[in-house]
Parts: sequence; C-alpha cells; structure tokens
Amino acid sequence: MNNVASRCIDIIAKSKGIPPDTITLASTFEQLNIDSLDKINISFEVEEAFNIDIPDEALGTIRTVGDMVDGVTKLQAARPPAAATTS
Amino acid sequence: MNRVVVTGLGCITPIGNSIADFRVSLFNGTTGIAPFPHYPEAPGDTQGFRFTQSAAVKNFDAREHLDSGIAVATDRTTHFAIVAARQAALESQLTAHYAPEKIAIIVGCACGGRQAEETETIKLYTQNSRVHPLTVIRTMASAGASNISIEQKITGPTLNISTACSSGTHAIGLAFQMVRSGMVDAAITGGHEAPLTFGFLRAWDSMRVVSPTQCRPFSADRDGMTLGEGAAMITLETLASAQARNATIYAEIVGFGFSADAGHITQPHAEGAASAMRQAIADANASPEEVGYINAHGTGTQANDITEAAAIHQAFGPRASQIPVSSTKSLHGHSIGASGAIEALATIIALKENLLPANTGVTQIDPAIHLDVILGSPRSITPRLALSNSLAFGGLNAVLAMRPI
Repeated sequence: MNNVASRCIDIIAKSKGIPPDTITLASTFEQLNIDSLDKINISFEVEEAFNIDIPDEALGTIRTVGDMVDGVTKLQAARPPAAATTS
Repeated sequence: MNRVVVTGLGCITPIGNSIADFRVSLFNGTTGIAPFPHYPEAPGDTQGFRFTQSAAVKNFDAREHLDSGIAVATDRTTHFAIVAARQAALESQLTAHYAPEKIAIIVGCACGGRQAEETETIKLYTQNSRVHPLTVIRTMASAGASNISIEQKITGPTLNISTACSSGTHAIGLAFQMVRSGMVDAAITGGHEAPLTFGFLRAWDSMRVVSPTQCRPFSADRDGMTLGEGAAMITLETLASAQARNATIYAEIVGFGFSADAGHITQPHAEGAASAMRQAIADANASPEEVGYINAHGTGTQANDITEAAAIHQAFGPRASQIPVSSTKSLHGHSIGASGAIEALATIIALKENLLPANTGVTQIDPAIHLDVILGSPRSITPRLALSNSLAFGGLNAVLAMRPI
C-alpha cells in the first residue's frame, strides 16, 4: 500500500475511532458507517493533510476508500509544483 | 384557555426594514439575495468561499434608530431586535394597555453577538490587543431580549431561546402558550440574528451546504442554502382583550407543535418533522384536512427539502400533494435564529391579505417532491389553517399553526 493510501486510511480510522487494519481500499463508506457529515469531516482532514481542494462534485462520487485515494492522487498530480508538500 | 391573536408587527429584513416594504417585496418576489462585498478580515485576496451571495439587511444604520450609548453597547443582532420590537410595540401600543409585569418577551437568537465576538477575538489573538469592556454584553445571546425589555420597560418573563434554525419559531410558540394559558396578558416575540461574519460564513462553507448561486427551495437543481440576517417581532394578546380595545388583529395563532428527531446532528428525519406538524394541528383542535398553506422550512439543501416533503406526506397522506407550499427563504435567505420569525411574519401577512407568497426563483420542481409548490405569482387563497415549519440542525422541529381572523 502506498503512502497516500495509508495516510488516507489513518485519517478515516482516526475519524471513526476504528483500527486502521479494518479498512481496505475496497471498503465502502457505507460499510464503514461513514455518513454525509463524516464524509465532509474526513474530506476536510484529507484536504489539510495533502494540501488539496476536493471539489463538491468529486466528493459526491466517492463511494470507497479506493475512490478517495485515487481522487487525492489525481488532485496532488494536478497541483502546481510550488504548492507540493512531501507525501 | 384564551384565544391568542397578533396585534403588532415589526421587521428588519433583507427584503424590507418596515412591514410595508417587506410585504411589497414578499408579494412581488423581490429578492434580498445579492453578492456580498469583500471581507476586510480575510487574510489575503482570496476569501476562500465556494459561494458569493448572502441575504443581508440593506440601508440600516443603527445610529438612525438608537442613541449612541445603546448602539455602542450592542451588536448588530441586538440593533435589529430592538428596532423590530419597537415597530411592533408602537403599532400595538402594548405597554399602554397591559401592566409591564404581565407582558412577556420571548425571542429567538441562536448566534448571539457574532460580529462583536469575531472583531474582538481577531484583535486579541493576532495583536494581543485589550478586549473591549463592552464585549460580554455585546456578545451574550440574551442581549436582544434584555434590551427590548429595557427599552419597552417590560418586567414580565423575558427569555432568549437558542435552538439554531428553529429559535424564532420556538420563541413565538412559547409566547403563544404563555398568553393562551393566562400566565401573561401579552407578549412581544420573534427572532433576530446578524451572523454574516467572515468566520461564520467560512464555517458554513466548510459544511458544503451553501449554494454557490442562491437557494432554490424544492427545485430540481437546488444546490444549497443562502445565509441571511434580520429580525421579525410580533405582539400577541388575547382575542377578547384585543377586541375590547379595538386593536388591529392580523391573525390568530392557534397551535404550536415541537419535537426532536433523536436522529442525527445535521441530517433531518421526516418522522420528527411530521410529528411536530401533527402536534401543531392537534394543539389547534383542528384536523389535517383544514391546512390550506404550509410555509416550509425549505432551505434549498438536498437533505432538507426532500425530507421535509416526506414529512408533509407522512403528516397529510394522499392530500399532501394538494396543499399549497412555499418557502420564502427564496427571497430572504436563511437567517438562522430569525428565520422562523420572519417566516411566521410572512405567513401572518399572507393570512391577512388572503395571498400566499410564491416560492420565487424556481421553475422546475424536483419530481420526487410531489407537492403543490407555489410557482410564479402569489396565489389568491384564504386558507382555513396555515402552518409555518422550522426544522433545525440537531433535529429540533417547531411548527406554528395559524388561522385568518
């Protein structure tokens, strides 16, 4: 598992108060009991951690942890080099 | 139990700072929603918002209405409260007819003196400035209620209710119960809020429920709420007393229902809202068949509007889709603690004028709603019974039932 994925999983685990090893890329937000408010909360933490901005439309399409990781990776890649953090 | 009627009105709102102006905007569909100016507190050029509009009160200078001592000691929210209450009190002449200890002041304000709080906090945290000595009295949520009492010289039961978006409706409902039971002879009641600060708007922005354009309640393409500010105040007294002194009577408040979802802190539950509507109707000794208008909470968010529609269907069954519904938030926005009071005011005026306001700015209703949302122009109908709904974060629901008189 790459660094982006493990960091995303850690954020989700901390937010929901569950062990990280219970979360996989295939885990759905529904399975993890992540409701709409949790999703906004988790996205906020992810945006802060990776210095990205997740658009509202993209948020609506995230169903699994893998979707989130893919989205973060794409947004990181699209960022101008000066804004990049070490990740 | 006494019958309770509305004998005075007052308002400071995004669509008018007088009842005369408010009603013109209400029935003409004149919106108070507009782009907000750059916030000077914003660090840097980028404001960081996903939205650009709010429903602000226009052309209001506290110094034109309040002496300088009061204006300085109070936040904008309290300015609105004092002036709106003054309009209602002047019209009804309440204090000339009732003993001060027998008049209640029950108002709703959820956010308190937000502007004063942010201004002083920014200076303290960034410059280690001294905090202004009037900060506590400017920011306390009860400042509106207290200042109304002081100006009107009213010594009866005086409270501020803070229940987020339902504060104003809860306040009016409790005042109604107090006059109905005879605990007091009369009341000044309503709501006030002035939360359009940089920090407040950014906090809402993070929740991703504010429309990037403007609120379009029940619309197929609705994309969120629009934040607002303002105040609406009404006076209540018994029908017998109002008639005896030949007071102007606008409408009768006949029922109040309030419930909690016991569900989710932000996601509304239809059962809770349906329960509050049923309670209001039962409290009015009425039947659901009599309801001829619902002023909806109708914030324009995906969650509220579909859930409120489901609640209306639960409460009214097959007849639900025949009851005219509109959300006046399409004009005056969502002013949190003041909203319920501004919407009660709109409903009272609608009953007095036999004219139901339209759900402005919407052309295509969400097909999943199945409600008779009033589109285009106001509708000339005299409902036998009208409801005004407020469904707050945290699942706190409040519904007023009113009749024309």
